[in-house]
Amino acid sequence: MPNTQAIQRKTTSVEKLLRVALYLVLISVAAIYLLPFVVMLITSLKDVEEIRTGTLLSLPASLHFDAWSKAWSSACTGSTCEGISPFFLNSFQIVVPAVIISTILGAINGYVISMWKFRGSDLFFAALLIGCFIPFQVILLPMARTLGWLGIANTTSGLVFVHVVYGVAFTTLFFRNFYQSVPSELVKAARLDGAGFFTIFYRIILPISTPIIVVTIIWQFTQIWNDFLFGVAFSGFDTQPVTVALNNLVNTSFGGKEYNVDMAAAIMAALPTLIVYVLAGKYFVRGLTAGAVKG
Amino acid sequence: MKTNAINSAPNKAQAGRPARLSLADWMPKIVMAPTVIVTLVCMYGYMIWTAVLSMTNSRMLPSYDFVGLSQYERLFNNDRWIVALTNLGIFGGLFILICLLLGVILAIFLDQKIRSEGAIRTIYLYPMAISFIVTGTAWKWLLNPTNGFEKLMVDMGFTDFTFDWLVNPDKVVYCLVIAAVWQASGFVMALFLAGLRGVDGDLIKAAQLDGANTFTTYRRIILPSLKPVFFSAMVILSHIAIKSFDLVAALTNGGPGYSSDLPANFMYAHTFTRSQIGLGSASAMVMLGCVLAILVPYLYSELRGERNA
Repeated sequence: MPNTQAIQRKTTSVEKLLRVALYLVLISVAAIYLLPFVVMLITSLKDVEEIRTGTLLSLPASLHFDAWSKAWSSACTGSTCEGISPFFLNSFQIVVPAVIISTILGAINGYVISMWKFRGSDLFFAALLIGCFIPFQVILLPMARTLGWLGIANTTSGLVFVHVVYGVAFTTLFFRNFYQSVPSELVKAARLDGAGFFTIFYRIILPISTPIIVVTIIWQFTQIWNDFLFGVAFSGFDTQPVTVALNNLVNTSFGGKEYNVDMAAAIMAALPTLIVYVLAGKYFVRGLTAGAVKG
Repeated sequence: MKTNAINSAPNKAQAGRPARLSLADWMPKIVMAPTVIVTLVCMYGYMIWTAVLSMTNSRMLPSYDFVGLSQYERLFNNDRWIVALTNLGIFGGLFILICLLLGVILAIFLDQKIRSEGAIRTIYLYPMAISFIVTGTAWKWLLNPTNGFEKLMVDMGFTDFTFDWLVNPDKVVYCLVIAAVWQASGFVMALFLAGLRGVDGDLIKAAQLDGANTFTTYRRIILPSLKPVFFSAMVILSHIAIKSFDLVAALTNGGPGYSSDLPANFMYAHTFTRSQIGLGSASAMVMLGCVLAILVPYLYSELRGERNA
């Protein structure tokens, strides 16, 4: 009897040791993931001299916010030197309408595909699904020509259009998968009561859609804000989104390289999506896994 | 009362079929029409358009002088393209492998009833919310040979330490791997964690009652049941790898020379800046081929599984 007790005590102490090791591993991995951001932040608060003499992790003697104000309002991004603030605004002007339109279209499409099936609607859904995955390189040049014909090349509306066109596949997928789990009796009953297509949508479907609307908006916001390919291919000089401006800022070298300004600008460009992630991480993850596992 | 009035219409119409084709019946099709048209034109139509262009001698502007498959021949005789494809192989292979390994290990570690699991998960996943341009900018600074990681190590006392991968044509592709793994591995962890939470608890209990230890339970029961997650993660990661464009643009800009180009960067450079539309289109079609080679078998098995279920 005492023997087994001894064994038991031994395993628990081994287990305790293992758990300590486990926490150590998890925390050091977390530190590694955090490190690049911490270095960015530290670097953005140093002056050029401190960057030259110090190392990545050496702390600034005092906090300098000069790099931040320069990155925001006077750093050179290509041929202008107005910082990234105008482009920050451009990004919002692209993102807001594109997110709203693609979300509305996705909701209606998902509603039709899951509750008002017609001949060919499933086939179309499959076609749309493949569309989620095509490499956009295949459509870049034809789209550039089309935007030219439509007279919206190099404009904000052109970029909104492109983001809506290639975002709808994902938003439709999100809503369709969500509505798939809504009992069809609900809609059937409403139809028997004489409710029409839009009445059912407004009165029954929309009120239960809040979670998927949040997921979709966050997903689209992150995707479009972070886009670079469409931005660089289709934007004009004064309609560039912030990602393109950031890349220009980093690659514009007048005299010495100012890493502190680069880092401040990079943090600014990352901040909107990071804030959304911190505030609504649960929905962000749900969007990622929904788009992933089902798509 | 109002509903009655609406209701009466279809009731009366039951006798004669043509009246049933009212606006209401067409509504679903009408609201779907814009998406259907745009998808057919802007995805499939453009795909065909690019395919056509890849068989012409288009240079600065699209032309329609057909030259058969000679652009593809030029493509595969082009050293820069071969470098880009080789890089994709190295980058994609390592990126997928490391992400999957890290993802599954971290997920299992995090699934041990960890205190403040939520906070740790949030930290692992935050890079996924950031643009690849930001990631590239950050890692360009971290990995730069003069003031970056190398100097940190030298100042810590490792005076012989050198780390010049970012400017070394033979090693620069591994810098892409490092940055991309940092960005995406947390996401793979989240996928696996969701998968782990979905494993049938009774199965695990049964195994433990049969005397299986933790290691055996994982090896025999839990990991095999994660196979679907494993496959979807692989498809998503290879998709990210093939489409990678922004990371290269921000981290290395293809350099030194073109030693860190990926196919997406090759395509962009030739189509938009080097006036080689025909060649660029051919490279885009090869990229599409790569994606389809991975996607079609996957979707096929997914859809078949759904039908059987």
